Amino acid sequence: MNKGAPHMRPGKQGLYDPQFEHDACGVGFVVDIKGRKSHKILQHAIEVLRNLDHRGASGAETNTGDGAGVLLQMPHAFFKEVARKARLNLPPPGAYGSGIIFLPRNPMSRRRLEEHFEQIVQSEGQTLIGWRTVPTDNSSLGETARNSEPFMRQVFIGRDPALTDESVFERKLYVIRKRAYSEIRASTMGGAEYWYVPSLSHKTFVYKGMLLTGQLPEYFKDLKDPAMETALALVHSRFSTNTFPSWDRSHPYRYIAHNGEINTLRGNINWMKAREALFESDVFGEDVKKILPIVNPNGSDSAMFDNVLELLVMAGRSLPHAVMMMIPEPWSNHEHMDDSLRAFYEYHSSLMEPWDGPASIAFTDGHKIGAVLDRNGLRPSRYYVTKDDMVVMASEAGVLDLPPEDVLIKGRLQPGRMFLVDTEAGRIVDDEEIKRQVAGERPYRQWLDEHLLRLENLPAAPEVPVPDHDTLVQRQIAFGYTFEDQRVLLAPMAKSGVEAVGSMGNDAALAALSSKPRLLFDYFKQLFAQVTNPPIDCIREELITASEVWLGSEGNLLMPQRADCRRLELAGPILTNEEFARIRRLHEPGLKVGVLSILFRATRGERGLIKSIEELRHAARRMVEDEEVNILVLSDRGVNREFAAVPSLLAVSALHHYLIREGLRTRVSLVLETGEAREVHHFSLLIGYGCSAINPYLAFETLDGMIRDEFLQDIDHAKACSNFSKAATKGVIKVMSKMGISAVQSYHGAQVFEAVGLRQDVIDEYFTWTPSRIGGIGMEVVAQEIMMRHRAAFPARGTHIAALGAGGQYQWRSDGETHLFSPESIHRLQKAVRTGSFETYRSYAQLIDDQSTNLCTLRGLLEFKSGDSVPLEEVESVESIVRRFKTGAMSYGSISKEAHETLAIAMNRIGGKSNTGEGGEDPERYQPLPNGDSRNSAIKQVASGRFGVTSEYLINARELQIKMAQGAKPGEGGQLPGSKVYPWVAKTRHTTAGVGLISPPPHHDIYSIEDLAELIHDLKNGNRDARISVKLVAEVGVGTIAAGVAKAHAEVVLISGYDGGTGASPQTSITHAGLPWELGLAETHQTLVLNNLRSRITVETDGQLKTGRDVAIAALLGAEEFGFATAPLVSMGCIMMRVCHLNTCPAGVATQDPKLRERFAGTPEHVVNFMQFIARDLRQIMAQLGFRTINEMVGRVDRLEPRKAIAHWKARGFDFSNILYQPDLGPEIGRYCTDTQDHSLDKSLDVTTLLELCKPAIEQGKAVSADVAIRNVHRVVGTITGSAITRRWGARGLPEDTVQLRFKGSAGQSFGAFIPPGMTFRLEGDANDYVGKGLSGGRIIVSPSPAATFVAEENIIIGNVALYGATSGEAYFRGMAGERFAVRNSGVRTVVEGVGDHGCEYMTGGRVVVLGATGRNFAAGMSGGVAYVLDEAGDGRSRINKQMVAITGVTDAEDIAELRELIERHWQHTRSALARRLLDAWDANVGKFVKIMPKDYQRVLACIKKAHDQGLTGDEAIMAAFEENARDLARVGGN
Amino acid sequence: MGKPTGFIEYLRELPVDRTPLERIQDWREFHFHMEDRRLRHQGARCMDCGVPFCHTGKLLNGGASGCPVNNLIPEWNDLVYRGLWREALERLHKTNNFPEFTGRVCPAPCEGSCVLGINAPPVTIKNIENSIIDRGWEEGWVFPVPPAERTGKSVAVIGSGPAGLAAAAQLNQAGHQVTVFERADRPGGLLMYGIPNMKLDKQAVVLRRIKLMEDSGIRFHCGANVGTNVDPQMLLKEFDAAVLCTGATVPRDLNVDGRQLAGVHFAMDYLTASTKALLNGGPDHSPIHARDKDVIVIGGGDTGTDCVGTAMRQGCRSITQFEILPEPPQDRAADNPWPEWPKIYRMDYGQEEAAARFGSDPRVFLTTVRKFTGDSQGVAQLATVKIGWEQGTDGRLRPVEVAGSEETRPAQLVLLAMGFLGPESQLISDLGLQLDARTNVEAEYGKFATSVPGVFAAGDCRRGQSLVVWAINEGRGAARECDRYLMGSTDLP
Repeated sequence: MNKGAPHMRPGKQGLYDPQFEHDACGVGFVVDIKGRKSHKILQHAIEVLRNLDHRGASGAETNTGDGAGVLLQMPHAFFKEVARKARLNLPPPGAYGSGIIFLPRNPMSRRRLEEHFEQIVQSEGQTLIGWRTVPTDNSSLGETARNSEPFMRQVFIGRDPALTDESVFERKLYVIRKRAYSEIRASTMGGAEYWYVPSLSHKTFVYKGMLLTGQLPEYFKDLKDPAMETALALVHSRFSTNTFPSWDRSHPYRYIAHNGEINTLRGNINWMKAREALFESDVFGEDVKKILPIVNPNGSDSAMFDNVLELLVMAGRSLPHAVMMMIPEPWSNHEHMDDSLRAFYEYHSSLMEPWDGPASIAFTDGHKIGAVLDRNGLRPSRYYVTKDDMVVMASEAGVLDLPPEDVLIKGRLQPGRMFLVDTEAGRIVDDEEIKRQVAGERPYRQWLDEHLLRLENLPAAPEVPVPDHDTLVQRQIAFGYTFEDQRVLLAPMAKSGVEAVGSMGNDAALAALSSKPRLLFDYFKQLFAQVTNPPIDCIREELITASEVWLGSEGNLLMPQRADCRRLELAGPILTNEEFARIRRLHEPGLKVGVLSILFRATRGERGLIKSIEELRHAARRMVEDEEVNILVLSDRGVNREFAAVPSLLAVSALHHYLIREGLRTRVSLVLETGEAREVHHFSLLIGYGCSAINPYLAFETLDGMIRDEFLQDIDHAKACSNFSKAATKGVIKVMSKMGISAVQSYHGAQVFEAVGLRQDVIDEYFTWTPSRIGGIGMEVVAQEIMMRHRAAFPARGTHIAALGAGGQYQWRSDGETHLFSPESIHRLQKAVRTGSFETYRSYAQLIDDQSTNLCTLRGLLEFKSGDSVPLEEVESVESIVRRFKTGAMSYGSISKEAHETLAIAMNRIGGKSNTGEGGEDPERYQPLPNGDSRNSAIKQVASGRFGVTSEYLINARELQIKMAQGAKPGEGGQLPGSKVYPWVAKTRHTTAGVGLISPPPHHDIYSIEDLAELIHDLKNGNRDARISVKLVAEVGVGTIAAGVAKAHAEVVLISGYDGGTGASPQTSITHAGLPWELGLAETHQTLVLNNLRSRITVETDGQLKTGRDVAIAALLGAEEFGFATAPLVSMGCIMMRVCHLNTCPAGVATQDPKLRERFAGTPEHVVNFMQFIARDLRQIMAQLGFRTINEMVGRVDRLEPRKAIAHWKARGFDFSNILYQPDLGPEIGRYCTDTQDHSLDKSLDVTTLLELCKPAIEQGKAVSADVAIRNVHRVVGTITGSAITRRWGARGLPEDTVQLRFKGSAGQSFGAFIPPGMTFRLEGDANDYVGKGLSGGRIIVSPSPAATFVAEENIIIGNVALYGATSGEAYFRGMAGERFAVRNSGVRTVVEGVGDHGCEYMTGGRVVVLGATGRNFAAGMSGGVAYVLDEAGDGRSRINKQMVAITGVTDAEDIAELRELIERHWQHTRSALARRLLDAWDANVGKFVKIMPKDYQRVLACIKKAHDQGLTGDEAIMAAFEENARDLARVGGN
Repeated sequence: MGKPTGFIEYLRELPVDRTPLERIQDWREFHFHMEDRRLRHQGARCMDCGVPFCHTGKLLNGGASGCPVNNLIPEWNDLVYRGLWREALERLHKTNNFPEFTGRVCPAPCEGSCVLGINAPPVTIKNIENSIIDRGWEEGWVFPVPPAERTGKSVAVIGSGPAGLAAAAQLNQAGHQVTVFERADRPGGLLMYGIPNMKLDKQAVVLRRIKLMEDSGIRFHCGANVGTNVDPQMLLKEFDAAVLCTGATVPRDLNVDGRQLAGVHFAMDYLTASTKALLNGGPDHSPIHARDKDVIVIGGGDTGTDCVGTAMRQGCRSITQFEILPEPPQDRAADNPWPEWPKIYRMDYGQEEAAARFGSDPRVFLTTVRKFTGDSQGVAQLATVKIGWEQGTDGRLRPVEVAGSEETRPAQLVLLAMGFLGPESQLISDLGLQLDARTNVEAEYGKFATSVPGVFAAGDCRRGQSLVVWAINEGRGAARECDRYLMGSTDLP
């Protein structure tokens, strides 16, 4: 590896940047509750670790792991003995500290580092007892690990006898470690890059390294020594997205082991940095300076989290207290929370923002050990308590083989809850008690009452600025408003309080290439979560979101005071004029408002702009330091002929970063009064770069103007403004939820954006640490753009009619933004495919390719470097090339049957691949047509809604595509309104006509990279012949994710551009989220090559690919397969109406309306022509460049160069060297896909055992019955067997109970996934997550082992997300399930004895009976099916999300009969005592049930009944009901 | 926005015209207005396209596709649907200085490229445009807007046709003192004398606009024929810049025997005489009159149609219109797909009137004239021949006479409406301007600068014979470039 020592992690190069590395993992601990030390605890922990192996990963080498480790109590007895052997005399426990230190292998260098360290120890007043070389055995290690292996030395440090308090000594050890890192790692001493101290404590000790789980005890021989004893052991197995050396990145850290990812990391780092200036501490005294910087910038997010947690503990807080500060429960929308706890959280929110993101964190200080889950419960954590006082907690159940009769409790961690074992007290402390105790330590409520102000309690301002009609249009123009902004964006926000929705992709010019003056906002693209962390559903899971913000100064984090909560609390970040006026007039002790103008003299141009920012910074400093202003308002009111406004984002971010650098940032909040911001994207950016609250006064004036012009009707100004604010706030929450962030406070300053087209000097000065990888415009262009708008608003002379420009961003306009698809190019393409004329195609391609005057895309700035050409006939044929072509994932539902089938037929004819999209597929299409054509889509998509994903669907695929994100709306789910769910769409999706459908933002079975690996594995089991593909969207870091995808054994990774299409998406997302594929693809190729993973995976790209040139550039940047969507649609007659979301497509393409579908005039020939034209075009380029095959071309960036002589005024600053970077590696590293992935299916229980067992059933339909032992490492059990049955017997499977298998033990993930009818699985024991995923007709029964003595219904029996996407079948669970039970169930009948949060979310069909309590947010987004919940305590209703469902008693005779039958079957299958009890007193118990039924579903059923009553039957009745329902405007339908 | 399902719910509907037999009795405009509610439905038919072809203004396959002045059609359709007429007018005026002209005389390439037209009748864009502006005049929303300040620069605009007027209006807005030179006795050029009154009312529509322009500060000099009674060089000296908008006024002639006979006229002479007589108070006193004559119009274009309509009103005995091209198909031919200008069979107002009076479409296709015969009284009859079109070796179609297809027809008035060849050359050479290969004034589209600094050219004299709406487009563009030339920068669109 280049750039950096050969054996170390590669540094930033090309588009690869190590800061975007991700990891996720398995975590677990074993503890003796009573604190009894033993070697057994350690052995158990190591066993747990080994059983978490599948959650870790290995890279290109199978014997190099990503990391494993263990944290234990100081094993004094053992160390005493080994120290003695090393001639060292150890004092008693507590009087010395110890830890391993990673050192260079060169003895000379090593000695120098040790000496330096010894000096530090001495200068801190402690004594160095001595060193010991830790015995290691690296014989099992792979090459990468061995090449980077540090030398392991253990240090013993004796306590200064003057230090009487152990905690003071611990703090000293901390100071020593921090000093050593700063002084040694950052030095130029030889081997300093090895320096790392896993732990240095008198209480705990860490062994870790770049190891596979099984290698840990082999490598560290100490661990096998029976003298090594501990009462607790924390273990961790790491799955990294790269294959690079990572000895120090393994866990545990000093206090934690982490499974998850911190999404708000950049903000958290910045804020910590800013806080350091205020640090003062009694306990640290002068030492506080030595521990800076707190956050080690080279660490992973987990390491940084550990850094801060450690600080909080060192500064005197208890470990639970510190954890509660960093990962608070969602308290603001929590209806049941105890007030003192709420006060605790509220108080601490003024000290620190949450570290937001999916996380399961296990923590320990050596005495207490515990774990906590993030607010959304996005990581699984299960625990067992045994009768002999042992607790085993891990990411999975069954990680330790415990006899069932020894188990006392089987539990799980719950979202936001803490689980703690106190070995000193010798007991488990439950969440409530811990929190009550921590919250009760101080009178937080009283402090808040005394100091915290709330905006709504401030006196109303006597006057509010009034709109200025006369200058409105001029100011609008100065701030870049267009007519389109009003029409498309503002009007829907003001009218209905929701963000505008659009459709199709964005083919408009990038801001940095636009010939128009664009707002600075447009140069930033939103980042979003994919794979390594999930986006969240802020609508259906609103309870975990929080919009509050606080104004005022922060106190000293290390020594909080009661008055630190002297802050002003706002309900949300968008302020109406009235609210803003209150803040401006605020006059309260401890809160001081200052105002600074961000206007500058328009005539002064760039210099004036820069100077005004300088002045702003200095003025702000004065206000903060001299006047003690702590709420600083930046205002751009007053724009006129003379004064222009500094772009608000620039002003905010420039000041934010300046204040961070100056250590002033936490002393002041920034509030913005601006005419510029009006879109969700604007607000998101402003908050993301440090602004706390925004008053968009001109947006409000614009609404006033629109009302005056009657453009907005039937709404008054106040309502329009409040709707607008609401839409904006909701929109911001949506944007942050795409990144998996749930609180505005933690989004604040988190900078989750990438700049496209801003020069590095602008970034460094004003947007520090924002990724910007291709350079771009500097301040001169920023200024020029301001001037262009300013001149348009205040023309030098003349009185041309002051009217807003048309815009042209969302809809094409002749004087608007450049779009690739214009009337001319659409016309030429359609003419070409209809007449079959390649000449006409050429004229089309010329329009698209020739961007010499109207730049649009990055590829438009690239040129081919010509080489030795080859004769055209030697180039790979058109027939061969088109096999690499695919059409985009467009669901049946978003486009019409005619269009969908036309694409499939066309692609099958040429041997390419069409894609089902997320909507299932009508099984009729699996049969070929009489003429030989096939309507079967080769690619079957598996998206978050899992619509129609059945065993049959899977086996009919040539490729299975997991859609992690979609270019038009990465990080978002989708919604098909009921009026578009026509009967035929409903049938294909296994749902009910007329009932709206929701695709959640995340896959509920993918919250991390190891989860994705699991789904890949599941699908591979579901169809061993299909390639598994993962669809990602380009953003910074996507290469790293792709590397993880390759390691997770996907065969294809698709990098989509941000500009891909959609049937419906918020405009913000279509335009502002994600990046061009050029960047994502190049990054992916480079990263895969660097990791030597490129040869293991096929790379595909899509996103506005339109011509052979586009494809050639994609190939040269690293793609070998290519997807097209918009262009084939246009070929079939689409004219870019962009109304797909309205069902009114006049071309019959994107509509279900039968009348409009008649207008569809496309044919397979049109699509075939298009594909062949592209291939012909491409061949010509290949010949000219001298490539005979596509494979030769892949990644050949040396054949590209930036277009010379670009005259464009903005394009000068572009720098393509990162895109055109080629990692400097040897020829042995593959550059395109040549290898096959090893899915290890041969080791699966199905292949080793079940297939053979079930052979009679599979082949002849004969009954089979057997007992099988199962362990947690057996994953996806039954799926291969099930797929064999489906292949042989079709979707109808086999008769009931043909295959009966009884499993005993703990089942691994995805037990019984996709099993078809005829298969019955009984499990005695318990199971992990995803039981019955995609269940396709089979039956699953899980009950505790008969030997178990615990009460079944009070214990957890299955993990999270059971029955996700299941379509039919039955399941009975005797015990409780985890979070998200039966999410997106669309047909299964199931009984369970209690569920966690979010049960039955997004459910669209089936029956769910819960014989026990539900968690919160039950039935959110549920639009079909029925749930019955036993509510014995009578408080169940409060935990149900009532947005879409009606709650009634079970009174209807049919319902009662149905419920009773289900419970009877439950008893029959599981012998549930609870079921028996209920049935025995049925009449008394039936009244305790509530029935939950979606209102839409109810209404449609009523319509169907009515149709039946009118004598209609079958499809007719359903159609009649659909139509009647569609006319009903009172529908509730989601959102 | 708008009504997403409007195009499914409502059918295309235009206001009814006055009946042909009634309207040929007078010279008044022949369209009625449509009631508000129904107009709004027509606005609702607009689909508010993501890519609205209607406002593209591109040449496709030789014809205009979409609006050459890029009218913001979807925007004002939507506003009309919502009943926001004044806002609609504002959006309309943003791109078009004279919607009342285009709303009446434009062949509406916008409708030809309307996306709805792919599989349904297009939106009635032209009628909506006309309704918006007529409403604006009625309501008093159209009023003079003199510039707030003057630049002190002066510009001469030569020619007061649509290009000249557009250039003048824009330059005036930019603050320049504009003087328009018109050689005829009344301003308006083609709008005044080229298009008959029933299609575009001179007093009520054309002069109303010119009055407004005068009230906004533009000076009109009529009877000022630059090169004849105005010295071109003087003009260049006295004015800081000039914009040449003299049109393509050299008509295509038919050089056959008998061409010199009295009674054979160029269409434009005929139409000018007719309108002049009308405006002077005596429509019957036109020196070229069709009363009781067998009238032959040669040429099937708009000018030919105007000749037909005029002759009908003058009381011709019979009327025949010869067109050299074949009769167009009822629907688009395969090689003429949407969004190209649809070359289909249409009955314009003149043909409707003739058909109503005489029983059939007056057009005879694939026919041309071989010779005129007559005597000192003038032309008496003409001989025609049928034409066939054959593909030549270069792939182009050429007209070929069909042997044995000669016919003779009586004719006392023959009107040549076969198009125009280009601008008259005298003034151009007086000004020292270069010509392009097609004998038009050389000036690049978009820049409009001629070979002489400070002299710009726009409209048919630069472009060759074309539509009024292209002339407006060019007049606006030339004004922008002229303003840039004068001031160093420009805010004009």
